[in-house]
Amino acid sequence: MLKAYYHLLLRDLRLALRNRHELANPLIFFVLVVTLFPLAVTPTPEALRMMAPGVIWVSALLAVLLSLDRLFKTDYDDGSLDQLMLSPNPLMILVLAKVSAHWLLTGLPLVIIAPLLGLFMSLPMEAVSVLIYSLLLGTPVLSLVGAIGVSLTVAVNRGGVLLSLIILPLYIPILIFGANAVDVASDGLPVTGQLLFLGAVLALALSLAPLATSVALRITASR
Amino acid sequence: MSPAPKITPMFEIQSLECVRDDRLLFSDLSFSVAESEVLQIEGSNGSGKTSLLRILCGLRQAEAGQVLWRGELITSNREDYYANMVYIGHLPCIKGDLTVMENVRSLLDTRSLSLSNAEIEVALTKVGLATYDDVPGKALSSGQRRRILLAFVELSQAKLWVLDEPLTALDVQGVALMESMILEHREAGGSVIFTTHHGMQLDCEMSSVRLGQKTSTKTVTKAAV
Repeated sequence: MLKAYYHLLLRDLRLALRNRHELANPLIFFVLVVTLFPLAVTPTPEALRMMAPGVIWVSALLAVLLSLDRLFKTDYDDGSLDQLMLSPNPLMILVLAKVSAHWLLTGLPLVIIAPLLGLFMSLPMEAVSVLIYSLLLGTPVLSLVGAIGVSLTVAVNRGGVLLSLIILPLYIPILIFGANAVDVASDGLPVTGQLLFLGAVLALALSLAPLATSVALRITASR
Repeated sequence: MSPAPKITPMFEIQSLECVRDDRLLFSDLSFSVAESEVLQIEGSNGSGKTSLLRILCGLRQAEAGQVLWRGELITSNREDYYANMVYIGHLPCIKGDLTVMENVRSLLDTRSLSLSNAEIEVALTKVGLATYDDVPGKALSSGQRRRILLAFVELSQAKLWVLDEPLTALDVQGVALMESMILEHREAGGSVIFTTHHGMQLDCEMSSVRLGQKTSTKTVTKAAV
């Protein structure tokens, strides 16, 4: 079972590395939005510091949203998804492998580049570290919850709008707590509560989202 | 086929019904498949052959009826059934960015089979892809992609093969290869359920089920010697 997880994770990473331009898309989007923002508003350090948590979190969320489509799309189009569903291994484990690969390829790069953008938006040092923690806890949830939406819409042509409608409401709590944690930290206040909430949501998503995704995939395949 | 009470057939379906877009494709369809049995599903375009095969593998939900593997519902016996059943459909399942070897390997990985490179190469040689190990999937013709799937089926160690139009895109040698593979599989005690619009000349006893009539009956034809 662990082997099946590991093999599928490896396959997805290998496929992504052979298709690098797609890999860079969400990261470029993230960096572009955050760097363009100060050009469009008054770039005083105070104003930037005030906006930074929101801008960075919203861009990260949208970058993940844009990349979700490819999570199951190619596998669905070429029939590999059928083979995954016919595996003797639990589909949940395979879903978890695909979501892990997705996070390693989109979420993790965002977490790595975020501190740089935080400094660029003149966030204080302690807020930057909270930004890393909040993204580290929040982006896996975005991938996990997104997978549920993708599995429901993968069979729909141009399901992008539908996908956003389904999962954006579920993303909003993550956005509020994530951005709020960074905001509060830049005022020098404790943020344990917000981070604990994000951690709890991650634990919840990690245990329930793969199950929901695999059920949704079976529904999609039965059409 | 004469009913065989007391003996549980390897694979059995009971009064299946399938509706697609408000159209009844078939209903009350029952048959069983024993070991070493080759069963062809016949029927015109749109008669529900693909839907039936997808129901047989549990990918699709039937409106009514049940699919049994060794006497147990496949939904409650998934692990055992899927370890013993292999399905290939219309879609190629081939990744253009992976090499032939990696493609076969990733297909086998979903079945948790770890075979040596040598074993995979034997199968690739058999399907006529001997020198293609390192060629990426996107450089292959559609017939060659189908041949990768044949190698996968060969290596799958499954007792039951469910093949949806396996001859699509295959050339004359490919068709002959498929036929010999089915015969070999049958000799080894395996079973095959397949659909095809091409003539498949199988030199063995073969049964068939015809869809699209009021009653779908199973007939057995002896091999033409």
